[in-house]
Amino acid sequence: MKKLILALATSAAVLGFAAAAAAEDKTKICFIYVGSKTDGGWTQAHDLGRQALQEKFGDKIETPFLESVPEGPDAERAIERMARSGCALIFTTSFGFMDATVKIAAKFPDVKFEHATGFKSSDNLATYNSRFYEGRYIQGQIAAKMSQKGVAGYIASFPIPEVVMGINAFMHGAQSVNPDFKVKVIWANTWFDPGKEADAAKALIDQGVDILTQHTDTTAPMQVATERGIKAFGQASDMIKAGPETQLTAIVDTWGAYYIKRTQAVLDGTWTSGQIWDGLKDGILTMAPYTNMPDDVKKMAEETEAKIKSGELHPFTGPIKKQDGSDWLKDGEKADDGTLLGMNFYIAGVDDKLPQ
Amino acid sequence: MGIVEAILLTVITAATPLVLAAIGELVTERSGVLNLGVEGMMIMGAALAFAATQVTGSPYIGILAGIVCGALFSLLFGFLTLTLVANQVATGLALTILGLGISGQIGEPYVGMSGIKLQPIVIPVLADIPFIGPLLFRQDLIFYISIALIIGVHWFLFHSRAGLKLRAIGDSHGSAHALGIHVIRTRYLAVMFGGACAGLAGAQLSLVYTPQWVENMSAGRGWIALALVVFASWRPGRVLAGGYLFGAVSISQLHAQALGIGIPSQFLSALPYAATIVVLILISHNRRVTLINTPASLGKPFVPDR
Repeated sequence: MKKLILALATSAAVLGFAAAAAAEDKTKICFIYVGSKTDGGWTQAHDLGRQALQEKFGDKIETPFLESVPEGPDAERAIERMARSGCALIFTTSFGFMDATVKIAAKFPDVKFEHATGFKSSDNLATYNSRFYEGRYIQGQIAAKMSQKGVAGYIASFPIPEVVMGINAFMHGAQSVNPDFKVKVIWANTWFDPGKEADAAKALIDQGVDILTQHTDTTAPMQVATERGIKAFGQASDMIKAGPETQLTAIVDTWGAYYIKRTQAVLDGTWTSGQIWDGLKDGILTMAPYTNMPDDVKKMAEETEAKIKSGELHPFTGPIKKQDGSDWLKDGEKADDGTLLGMNFYIAGVDDKLPQ
Repeated sequence: MGIVEAILLTVITAATPLVLAAIGELVTERSGVLNLGVEGMMIMGAALAFAATQVTGSPYIGILAGIVCGALFSLLFGFLTLTLVANQVATGLALTILGLGISGQIGEPYVGMSGIKLQPIVIPVLADIPFIGPLLFRQDLIFYISIALIIGVHWFLFHSRAGLKLRAIGDSHGSAHALGIHVIRTRYLAVMFGGACAGLAGAQLSLVYTPQWVENMSAGRGWIALALVVFASWRPGRVLAGGYLFGAVSISQLHAQALGIGIPSQFLSALPYAATIVVLILISHNRRVTLINTPASLGKPFVPDR
């Protein structure tokens, strides 16, 4: 029933979109969203990127989008209709659209596709992702400076490489300041459940952590931290409104910079495929203002951010041992992207057993 | 405040919306109507309660808005299934999808706003009892209502004439009709009571549990409440026990993870569901008693012969 209604809704949206698009001759840059554009998290960040793109190019382009497209066969239909309607470049903004995007990209060799956070590319299909771990390293350093007890709480979603990488980066950043720093991890097994995220935050605080960070999507943990009077980090968007006295900084997804860069390439005829993984220096993620901390901590964070941007510092630089005590990176050795993208182990010091 | 007390406080907050939505659905189902739209009514209540609180500045008006909204939304279900005799299962599912959609629209201006939290009401004297005072007598209004509803519904169903009639309708609407009991009218009221309770549960989510609005914030709690009613074999006391057991295991597994005891988190996440089902099956093992408590006309359409 739910599937049917969603399918109908999707078809209706696609039909309306196709009709409206027929008469125009502007370059079309199209977007497929998995959620609603006001979800306050992942999809909203992409839509803000789309708005920045539209603003930048004004009349030269138009940026139609489809929201709440379910992953699966419906996604394939939605992407195909977009491709038929004359889009020059289509961004599919969820990991679960991967196979659908691959299939449609093969059918339409003249249309360019970009798939977020995936790993399958081809001549007309690029992948793009953000080096969130750079921000997590900075957060780890701040946490180690700000925590009285030397223990931070980490609300994680699912044990996928992306999230494990974040925990390790946070841990390594904290260790660079305080080698004895501890991180307590709770796996919520959801991206999105305000109640459960709040419960996890309460459990961590009851067990004595005095800094909170999260890799889930809602501001509920920030609210709990405010209630209990401890500091916390925001996730995906600037959550300062939920915790004006609480938020230290946040990793903010700013896809707009990337969308502008790639659209410019299409307009110039210089677009090439690839597996693109941008970081702080490219502006695909930014740090929300460093607030609620003393000046020396703020200065340290800003210096680290500058070093990462200039390439002087790679957050995963050896010596780093794995949790089981074996060597991962030798002194001065930097982690390669392949290992990071498939990360399935903790580094030494994380106080948790990685779910397999 | 000790760690046990802290855990129990979290459990109470987590269990209250489940207990509220379940006790409402219990009355609906006891009258023979299966409303699968609990999730939809709950999320509508959450959205309206948050919006009304933001507009008026008073969470008590928010609570009222949640209750009224849940009841009105369930009236749509009542009209379709009781008057037009539409299929209850399909209509209930549609109500959930509709609720999720409309609440997203209503809530759109409020995304990212910090909410106003419903403050606790301290009951004099009782609140000073060590340990149980802070747990039970320094709570918010919605918690007190949830306990009162469990006691009230138990009394209504098993100790009042009106409750007897309602159960009679749920067991055999034909016979009840022949005895001159108003089947459709009673069912309308039962459906609206269920809607009001689900709306109140939603208000608890957006005013107490996590004072904010995000789309789809009920995150499946309506479905858990529905399952609780069945596994509690339609007994109010067991709904209370099941809801609190589910809450307790959910919170304990988070603490177990934070302690780092090394049990896979996927297993721990499934534990609340497994534990609640096992315990409720064990206490309802007496098949004769279970059969007596199951509304025999549940989900069946009723068309009065004129």
